[in-house]
Amino acid sequence: MGSRASSLLREEDIEEIKKETGFSHSQITRLYSRFHSLDKGENGALSREDFQRIPELAINPLGDRIINAFFPEGEDQVNFRGFMRTLAHFRPVEDNEKNKVLTPGEPLNSRINKLLFAFRLYDLDRDDKISREELLQVLRMMVGVNISDEQLGSIADRTIQEADTNGDMCISFNEFTKVLEKVDVEQKMSIRFLH
Amino acid sequence: MALLRQCALLLALLIVFSTPCKVAALEVDIAEVGSNYSSKSTATETSTNVTTPTITTLPIVIWKWHHVETPYLVALWILTCWLCKLVCELNHSITSVIPESGLLIMMGFILGGIVWGADQAQTFKLLPVNFFYYLLPQIVLDASYCMPNKLFFSNLGAILVHAVIGTCWNAGTVGVALWACYEWGAMGNLNIGPLQFLLFGALMSAVDPVAVIAVFEEVHVNEVLYILVFGESLLNDGVTVVLYNVFDAFVSLGGPKINAEEIIKGIISFFVVAFGGSFLGVVFAILISMLTRVTKNVQVIEAGFIIVLGYLSYLTAEMLSLSAILSITFCGVCCQKYINANMDEKSVTTLRYTLKVMANGSETMIFVFLGVSAIDRNIWVWNTGFILLTILFIIVFRFMGVFFLNWLLNKTRLIPIDITDQIVMSYGGLRGAVAYGLAAILDEKKIPEKNLMLGTTLIVVYFTVVLQGITMKPFVQWLKVKKATISDLTLNGKINNRTFEHTLTAMEDICGRMGDNWWTRHWKHFEEKYVCWLLMNSDARKHNDNIFGAFHKLNLEDAKNYVTAGEKKGSLAFIRNDDNASVDFKKKLALDYANFMPDMMSDMSEYDFGIDNVPVVSGMKNQIPSVSLDIHEQDRKSMPDDLNAHHLLEQHLYKSRRFNRPTYSRSHYKSSENPDEMQEIFQRTMRSRLESFKSAKMGVNPAKKLSKHPKKDSSHKPNGKPADPNRTYPYGDEDFEYSADSASSSEIAGHFPRRSTNTPGAGVDNPAFIPEVDTSAPMRNPPWQTEPGNNTAVAPSQRLPWTPTNLRHLAPLRRSARSADSIAMADASVDEEAPEEKPGKHNTRL
Repeated sequence: MGSRASSLLREEDIEEIKKETGFSHSQITRLYSRFHSLDKGENGALSREDFQRIPELAINPLGDRIINAFFPEGEDQVNFRGFMRTLAHFRPVEDNEKNKVLTPGEPLNSRINKLLFAFRLYDLDRDDKISREELLQVLRMMVGVNISDEQLGSIADRTIQEADTNGDMCISFNEFTKVLEKVDVEQKMSIRFLH
Repeated sequence: MALLRQCALLLALLIVFSTPCKVAALEVDIAEVGSNYSSKSTATETSTNVTTPTITTLPIVIWKWHHVETPYLVALWILTCWLCKLVCELNHSITSVIPESGLLIMMGFILGGIVWGADQAQTFKLLPVNFFYYLLPQIVLDASYCMPNKLFFSNLGAILVHAVIGTCWNAGTVGVALWACYEWGAMGNLNIGPLQFLLFGALMSAVDPVAVIAVFEEVHVNEVLYILVFGESLLNDGVTVVLYNVFDAFVSLGGPKINAEEIIKGIISFFVVAFGGSFLGVVFAILISMLTRVTKNVQVIEAGFIIVLGYLSYLTAEMLSLSAILSITFCGVCCQKYINANMDEKSVTTLRYTLKVMANGSETMIFVFLGVSAIDRNIWVWNTGFILLTILFIIVFRFMGVFFLNWLLNKTRLIPIDITDQIVMSYGGLRGAVAYGLAAILDEKKIPEKNLMLGTTLIVVYFTVVLQGITMKPFVQWLKVKKATISDLTLNGKINNRTFEHTLTAMEDICGRMGDNWWTRHWKHFEEKYVCWLLMNSDARKHNDNIFGAFHKLNLEDAKNYVTAGEKKGSLAFIRNDDNASVDFKKKLALDYANFMPDMMSDMSEYDFGIDNVPVVSGMKNQIPSVSLDIHEQDRKSMPDDLNAHHLLEQHLYKSRRFNRPTYSRSHYKSSENPDEMQEIFQRTMRSRLESFKSAKMGVNPAKKLSKHPKKDSSHKPNGKPADPNRTYPYGDEDFEYSADSASSSEIAGHFPRRSTNTPGAGVDNPAFIPEVDTSAPMRNPPWQTEPGNNTAVAPSQRLPWTPTNLRHLAPLRRSARSADSIAMADASVDEEAPEEKPGKHNTRL
């Protein structure tokens, strides 16, 4: 399976993905085979339904949000490039010697990008602000039924108040990064990819 | 000055200390030798029973030292040790250089010297029985109960690798290397065989949790490093004890009888002992958790259950010859979450503090006695080669082991352990009382060189605890080891941690591999479904949510700040609101995010009307969030028992004990009346009477009548009867009942309200006393506002009863009466209020 999948992947693509995401060659081929097995339509791109078929995602409270994060705005297909780009957010930040950053600007797995990913999970309308409503929606997904709406409301209020520095009752991305200043995001937003 | 104080304390200490040892030296009869406690005085045992002298007349006082000797000595020793700690802590410039554990050991030397001087023999020393049964368990229980659970379990793999493989490696290599050196002739002629060297290696391999906690608590290294060292030290005790037992058995068997079968048995016993102990601990954790589900009615001793059962888990494991330390460790680690959820918050605090007291106390004793035990001529058999080589080997092999294992672990770790952390880990391999305890129970018949081993162990302990302890801090600073970051609890942090977790599991699912998060998630799922159902009571289950828990904690903190701020300001607003405090705390929160600045908190007390107003403003009529409400509800129910809520008030309010029911005052610990207070009240009453007399003479009648009205409100409000009849409650029916309840039961109304109605002579209805009305405002002033200057601040309200200050009292009532206020209306009323705040502010700042 792995070899067949990797044969479908051209070397140039691999090189490019490598540059962009920082994954190693073997990681890319491994992930490609996963991509391929997810791709039930066999058209080289994943649709939302493909993701939704993963059984564990169905019981993940944020499953749908996370699936959405894979799709650029307005599109409902994601190709391997895009798939890898999203996954690259979760690559652990490695020591510098491996990270000869070839792409200009921030690498995808930098702290800021990891935070941005988390931020986008809340920010449904993509206005770069988490409003009370948006926060409430996410909270509703994440907490149990034991907590009443009022309680949740006050939790949301308080959360916003904690982060909100300019008094607009929303959390902007700046405020978001500031309030998570002390959190070890690099560690908490990384998973191990097999080599 | 500090030096003088220190000297005085030292002197006191010496006096306290010399009492037991002199007495012990003189009085040589010990009635109960069997008791374990007597171990500290067993040396002076000559069993001549005291023959009771024939009584010729009724003795009034009898000297009964023998009845109390053992417990008395124990108590005195405990006191002595703790005083040692007190002396150590006096001078911070010393403790910042030498860790407390090292200082305590040195104190022990001094005490040991005194004992030696008095008795010419080592009368008191740390006996293994005492150490393992009475001193160690609570330390381990405390450590495991306060263990950062998540960190522990997420690093459990690494900890286990270090604790099991690392310890075996240390034991084996130290033993073998020493034996090799011995064969090579580095330590002269000793009567030690290879197996005995291995046994010695095994007992030397234990990194001691007590020493590690003592040193690392002062050096705030990052939490991963801390949990690695600390977790290892906890878990490897089990391993050490197992290794020790195995080698001990081998030594007894003798070399030739050891064959493959025995070795395999040894390995099997290792697993049985280690895993059996852990399993037993988990079983006890389940028992404890289930028990705390039903202990609601005996809240007073709730915390005691945990301690007793934890201790039992230790003893049971010991009884079954399983690893006792592992048992109590897992017991504490596993049950903490459930018991914290099940028990009342007060019990949790009690438990936490009790454990801390016990653990710290016995830690102190252990170190002092490690020092005391050294002053004993019998145990010192000097062998330079043996001692130096031991120290060298334990350090070298520790470094090697740690580096090798970390290299292995780093291959799979998401965040590798970096080199400085590894060095500190290796350097943190402190040996302590466990090694000493094990060395002390060596059998002299089997191991002729026991005293050499004991002495060497002591030296190693001193070396690691004192020298490495002292150098640890500069070392950590020099290496620039990542320090622990102190992060405040924030809701954002909590929520986002949760989000991160979900995201990570989702990503792993998408990548199609079972990573660490997979396990975490599935355990959580399982736990939520089954474990919580089994181990938590329904109430706790309901509130068992991480985010909600954080919210609750923050709430409580705010409440505390609110109370403190209120107290500091000493404003009336705070006191007046106390009778519906639970509601106000919430409202204060609501207010926080309404439109006030956060720094409001400190000024809270001045804004009480704003607070009353907020629910209307933000449209949160019935939503009094449950946590704070629940908690206070409970408080209310148990009000007579509850010192907390009242304690705060009691500090500042006059007590009118005479008018209290006996049942009520009995439950309070402060039952004596303060004479100063009486004086104060008396003077005020007289002053007010004088004033009223004056005003009556001058005939200012209209003012009287008018002032009647505000008076009613103001004097009733603190009673918990905030104008019941004409007030419609903005908080819904429930709360109405609630406050009505509190109003009707005078128990709950507390002392303060009593004071305000009672002290003026209950003159509300008595027209003869009406003039007092005028002074009701100053009367209500708490003691800290009694400066004469204050009167001027309140004066306007007395003379012109309808000034804004008086309106102030009425404002909330009215506003809440039209609870369906629009925001505009509310705003308007806030504006109305604006000028009124001035007198209030003035008042409090005076």
